Amino acid sequence: MSAVILAADDIQVAQNIGFGIIAAIMVIGALKVVTSKNVVHAALSLVLVLSGAAAQYILLGAEFVAVSQILVYVGAVMVLFLFGVMLTRAKLGKETDLDQPKAWLGVPVALLMLGVLAWVLIDGFQDERLPADATSKAAVEISDSVLGPALVPFLALTFVLVAAVIGGIVLARKD
Amino acid sequence: MLALDPLLLGDLDLGDVLVVLLKVVVVFVIGLVATMLMVWFERKTISGMQNRIGPNKAGPWGLLQTLADGTKLFFKEDLIPERSDRFVFKLAPYLSFVPAFLVWAVIPLGGDFTGDKQGIVTWFGRETRVQLADPQMGVLLLLALSSIAVYGIMLAGWASGSKYPLLGSVRASAQMVSYEAALGMSIGAVLLLAGTLSTSGIVDSQDGITNWHLVSTGVLPFVIFLIAATAELNRPPFDLVEAEQELVGGFNTEYSSIRFALFFLAEFMNTITMSAVIVTLFFGGPQPLTIDIGGLQWDGDLYLGPLNGTIWFFLKLLVFLYVYVWFRATLPRLRYDQLMNLGWKLLIPASLAWFMLLAAFKLGQDQGWNRVVVGAVGLTVIGVGVALLSAAIKVSARNREREGAMF
Repeated sequence: MSAVILAADDIQVAQNIGFGIIAAIMVIGALKVVTSKNVVHAALSLVLVLSGAAAQYILLGAEFVAVSQILVYVGAVMVLFLFGVMLTRAKLGKETDLDQPKAWLGVPVALLMLGVLAWVLIDGFQDERLPADATSKAAVEISDSVLGPALVPFLALTFVLVAAVIGGIVLARKD
Repeated sequence: MLALDPLLLGDLDLGDVLVVLLKVVVVFVIGLVATMLMVWFERKTISGMQNRIGPNKAGPWGLLQTLADGTKLFFKEDLIPERSDRFVFKLAPYLSFVPAFLVWAVIPLGGDFTGDKQGIVTWFGRETRVQLADPQMGVLLLLALSSIAVYGIMLAGWASGSKYPLLGSVRASAQMVSYEAALGMSIGAVLLLAGTLSTSGIVDSQDGITNWHLVSTGVLPFVIFLIAATAELNRPPFDLVEAEQELVGGFNTEYSSIRFALFFLAEFMNTITMSAVIVTLFFGGPQPLTIDIGGLQWDGDLYLGPLNGTIWFFLKLLVFLYVYVWFRATLPRLRYDQLMNLGWKLLIPASLAWFMLLAAFKLGQDQGWNRVVVGAVGLTVIGVGVALLSAAIKVSARNREREGAMF
């Protein structure tokens, strides 16, 4: 049955197979993040998940978003994260005190997030489909919309970053 | 036309795939051979500067010395320390080697950029570029790859399970993260003037020496980029990562055999690709150097037909390879606090100020504002910013002095 669906005319077989493989890698990586007994291994699994997201963007023809994902999350956020881990507690081998007794609380939170994101995507795009020959948007178009109609949410995001920077300074400095 | 497209969308035939495969093989071979010659070039040039002879036994002028060293490394015993994290220890060399190779993909290695040709050449009846792929966000890909390269060094030090490599890798990641900001911001000035993120587009916009933007990007952004790139490469005078006197061998102390060879290869290949990036961003890549002074005219044609652009590219590349070797032979290593001060308190603010000034001029041009007024206002704002920054630095320095050293 599924083979029949895949062979239908308007469905791109290669892209679907690619999506499946990458999605499977991402799910396994995500499970590894929470089950790993070593902080650095968990961080590396997270890198795998984030890179998988970038690969999915490439499949959608969104090169710019994919490279930004790599640049920001893999290249900056996770590097800083690993750097922090290394400065403080980078033990080799298994660690025993990583499991939280209240870890099950994460399950409803994760399900809630899944519900919210799925609802936003389904409600936002309805039946809209990406054209099969979609080429990637030029960076100019993206910057025009970020600094045009989407300016307010963009500025709100930058405020979050400024708050994080100020928080970092407050934590790090005594003067 | 298809081989232009990095995503290979649309209808493919076998020929297009073969052209892409041919380019992959050529770039791979060029990368390896160039790295081999670079190691020889560096050893030979440094020995010349230090009044020695350098490698001269293997092959003519010692050209095959690198090959001999590589073969030797292949046959050495591959040691993995007992207390290491085996998986990450094995993974790390590839994490630093693969990004070094991938950078080659977006660098225009040749092609004809005269007139409206935009570097497009025809191979086997198919239009393509002398460049493995030409994605729209080529420059961002360069930055992303240089930030991925941090992982290799960082994880190598951590997975070794001993102190010196860990210290080396902590230094490396702090240094590379710090200088990436200055690197990105000096590229910003180039992108602002070129108006595109694609590497071939940037080369195309630098048609001839008058379009190299010598004043706006050739002085300040170029110098900042050169310094930040040297730091990003962990080359002298910024080689605190593997400071032999302090850290034995730095992050790769525990590595031997083929894994060490991969780190070594990645380091030298990064030097070449970074020089290639400099040539691409600031000096017109494969564009010929044209001369037009008074009656003297030369269109940069070396009478090599289709190889003209490639030869120009490699000539420009050689200049920067020599500059890097020259740095190594002459400059003493910086102290760690000097390194951080230079990066955070000088390079990042300077590149930011220059970028804002250029943006102001560009906006003024679009809106038809008076250039002098734009310049005066811009310089005043920069002056206020510099005053505020130096005041803040002074205050924190005084406070630190009063409280005494924290560490």
